[in-house]
Amino acid sequence: MTIRNNMTLSSVEKNKGLAAAMKMEPAGVIGIIRGSGMKGRGGAGFPTGAKWHFAASAKGERKFVVCNADEGEPGTFKDRVLMDEWPDLIFEGMTIAGYAIGAQEGILYLRGEYTYIRKALEECLAKRREENLLGNHVLGNSNFSFDIHIHMGCGAYVCGEETALIESLEGYRGEARNRPPFPVNTGLNGMPTIVNNVETFAWTSAILVNGADWFKAIGTSKSTGPKMLSISGDVECPGVYEFPMGTTVNDVLDAAGCDCAKAVIIGGASGHCLPPAEFSRAICYEDISTGGAVIVFGPDRDMLDVAESFLEFFADESCGQCTPCRIGNVKLLEGVRMLKCGKCSTNCLRDLCALGETMQCASKCGLGQSSPNAFLSIVRHFKNEILGRACTAAES
Amino acid sequence: MKDTNACADDTCRAPVSQRTQVVDAPGTSATVKLKIDDHELNIPMGTTILEAARELGIHIPTLCHHDDLCVAGVCRVCLVEVEGQNTLQASCAYPITQPITVKTHTRKVRQARRHIIDLLLSKHYGECYSCFRNNNCELQSLAKEYGVDFFRFGHPEKPLYEVDRSSYSVVRDMNKCVLCRRCIRTCIDLQEVGVLEAAGRSDGTTISTYLDKPLGEVVCINCGQCINRCPTGALRAKDRTDDVWAAIDNPEKHVVIQTAPSPRAGIGEEFNQEPGTPMTWKMNTALKRCGFDKVFDTNFTADLTIIEEGTELILRLYKNLVQSDSSQPLPQFTSCSPGWVKYIEHFYPEYLPHVSTCKSPQQMFGALIKTWYARMNNIDPANIVSVALMPCSAKKFECNRPEMRDSGYKDVDNGLTTRELAQMIREAGIDLPEMPKSDFDNPFGTATGSGVIFGSTGGVMEAALRSVIEFVTGKKVENFYDHANIIPVRGFEGCRYAELQIPDEVGPVPELIQHLVPNWDWLKGATLKVGIAHGTANAKKVMENIKAGGKFSECHFIEFMACPGGCLGGGGQPIPTSPEIRAARARAIYAEDAAYGDAGKARKSHENPAVLRLYSEFLTNGPCGHKSHHLLHTHYTARGKYIG
Repeated sequence: MTIRNNMTLSSVEKNKGLAAAMKMEPAGVIGIIRGSGMKGRGGAGFPTGAKWHFAASAKGERKFVVCNADEGEPGTFKDRVLMDEWPDLIFEGMTIAGYAIGAQEGILYLRGEYTYIRKALEECLAKRREENLLGNHVLGNSNFSFDIHIHMGCGAYVCGEETALIESLEGYRGEARNRPPFPVNTGLNGMPTIVNNVETFAWTSAILVNGADWFKAIGTSKSTGPKMLSISGDVECPGVYEFPMGTTVNDVLDAAGCDCAKAVIIGGASGHCLPPAEFSRAICYEDISTGGAVIVFGPDRDMLDVAESFLEFFADESCGQCTPCRIGNVKLLEGVRMLKCGKCSTNCLRDLCALGETMQCASKCGLGQSSPNAFLSIVRHFKNEILGRACTAAES
Repeated sequence: MKDTNACADDTCRAPVSQRTQVVDAPGTSATVKLKIDDHELNIPMGTTILEAARELGIHIPTLCHHDDLCVAGVCRVCLVEVEGQNTLQASCAYPITQPITVKTHTRKVRQARRHIIDLLLSKHYGECYSCFRNNNCELQSLAKEYGVDFFRFGHPEKPLYEVDRSSYSVVRDMNKCVLCRRCIRTCIDLQEVGVLEAAGRSDGTTISTYLDKPLGEVVCINCGQCINRCPTGALRAKDRTDDVWAAIDNPEKHVVIQTAPSPRAGIGEEFNQEPGTPMTWKMNTALKRCGFDKVFDTNFTADLTIIEEGTELILRLYKNLVQSDSSQPLPQFTSCSPGWVKYIEHFYPEYLPHVSTCKSPQQMFGALIKTWYARMNNIDPANIVSVALMPCSAKKFECNRPEMRDSGYKDVDNGLTTRELAQMIREAGIDLPEMPKSDFDNPFGTATGSGVIFGSTGGVMEAALRSVIEFVTGKKVENFYDHANIIPVRGFEGCRYAELQIPDEVGPVPELIQHLVPNWDWLKGATLKVGIAHGTANAKKVMENIKAGGKFSECHFIEFMACPGGCLGGGGQPIPTSPEIRAARARAIYAEDAAYGDAGKARKSHENPAVLRLYSEFLTNGPCGHKSHHLLHTHYTARGKYIG
């Protein structure tokens, strides 16, 4: 069992939110989502209501709702659990979004490695079509027809970036587009498109049932609502947890059972590494934002191994489009390996850190902009540990 | 004269990530306030930061950006700081739609650019002095601009990739590639051929072909447009200068060179002349000093092509319109662009019967040099080395086609590009701009203005029309068009369509083709419809229009050129290229045509005395006759676009 604490979503009545939405004007639905203050659950934290509003006001013959279920961030698995447990709430949320922005079509972009979930999701969709929760005139609403299909990803991490995801949907290589324009104006097939995280859609259904004020009352003023976290690593009870936004790292560690963490990485491989001195920080958009990954490292972990492992991932997953990310990750990885065998001078380390900062500001998409995060924060917080390794000629 | 139609937006197959992005209210009169460095101004909505900066004379370095191509935003060299944004923005890909403040050279920007250049150099194998792009390389210039004096992130010690020399025309060296993807955008977007695409990812990303096959085995049309837009030495035309020098050095060999109209309009750029500086007569002297035994003007066979192709058109018209014989269908397509010929062989093989059977001027010349010229001068054709100076990389493939041996020998032994000739001239220690002028050699010496304009898009059509109008009406073209300038077919618009009214009064059939058509009565009052397309993306538009029964399907004659701008923008011309450079070369070409008129020389192909002499002495059964068919006409291969 990977669910570890009480999940609000368990008590949300299916399709009640959709029924409520059908009784409102689309603008009213967007108003509720705006009123809830919900920000995107994928980690970037863009206000969901604003995104929908832009898409609703954009002109387009067709519009699209895309559910980003390409959950590829190392250390993140809450979307998988959501899709296993509450597929109806997700599809319901997508349908509500479709109604709100005036879309006719929804697409769930499912991570290639999650192929096993597809059958259950398809069955859920079929059932929803039978019950007129999808298809022509949803719930008898003669102004609204909407259907959802599933599109399989093929294992590229970058396709979790919304514009790369759209490129992939169009049949091209998964590569980020230039922005602006943004998908809300020029998205799939050039049409207004919203791309939201799985969890965002699930909470949408809950908000339509329980109301914006209920959601707003949870969390902090700038980060409203509950947040699902995937907690893994050196803890007693790894799994999926739900916490109100603003919960401190210490509280999270207590819940998961760990009192000796040496470091916690919030946000997965592309996230930030925190030393114990910063465990009092809060998980929310105004402090440390995350798509949901919390990876805990015990006292015996070698932080250079951690950096190497993450950079190996990025050096493999960069789409190869822009220079800083394509070559930068490889250079950082080479640097970490030099550090490991005591062959990286402080000058060289300074160059690497400067390179990491360039990657953060110069890369074309979020992948390259965030891939140096873990490396840079490990260097910042664990400098003594990573420098001063014995020079091991064998590894040169 | 912006080459706006070079990109075929409506048929574009390029990924959206690499297409011009549509922004709100583009091209409208709405303006938006921009503050950039010390300047403050209002600019049209949707202008990119880079465009605005250029307008103001603010230099922002670029690498993946090219004026002919859609935006990519991948190299990140053109980054600038936009106030209020956490990350730097690629100025080439940032359309301004709301008031912004931009800083183009802050410390953060300079450091990021320098890092990017360092990273590119860490993967760029090779030494500048052993590279043909030395002193004409955008990466090298960037390194200098940013003061690179050491390899911060290393430098490859050995090559990672094998150089692909499989194509007759294009050599590809991934070791020098910086993955700017200009070649991809050229091939997919500008030319709609789509041979090149990115494969792999991360630092394993390469520019690849279908199944990574060698370039010689894929549907490459050899147009070389990718070469002209490559910022480094990763792409180049196959170099034949060693073979040509060897022939020149061999006293047994009689080495002749024919020179096409476009190289003379472009080669000056290789010698620091302004684009559009004509070099015709100085180049003749330089060629002779290099050691070529004879220097001929390809315009001679351009004129000959007009007679042969024009006659073929008249015959097709007569057969289709009078004799109801559609074995040779209309519209007739031109065949002088070898890139276009390979394009249609691959992509529209079912339309090959439309393609004129005439060889290109290069190959006609080749066939005549080793027959008529050899006989006249009592030279063993086996000892003639026939070289063709072309603005083109596809000509290298064309002269190696197995069907191009009608003289009994390889009709043209070597094709040289403008760039290769410039190299030979430099090697010979010749300062081209300082050369005295000299004329072409006889017996082909004299050409006409019509031959010259073959170099520009619309030129073949104009030349053909000048002759056809005079043939049919018996009157001077000047009666219909001032100075014989047929303006409706000129210009740089991608696909052009024009109609010409044939008057009710027709003339007698000229002697040259009297045996083919009895009279012109059947053309009285007819409307001749013609089309022109340059760049294969535009060719594709026209072909699709024909397939759909559109207006181009009603044309009688269509000129197709594989390269944007026509031959003057060919894949063998000096690098760089841009719409402005091509327009300047076109001006040089049309000026040379006009100069023929000013000097009282012939401007119409059928007035070329050497061509008339050829028909009276050698091709005695006239245009499209038996002998001309043997030497000057050819057939094509339906290749299809699927390769095994």
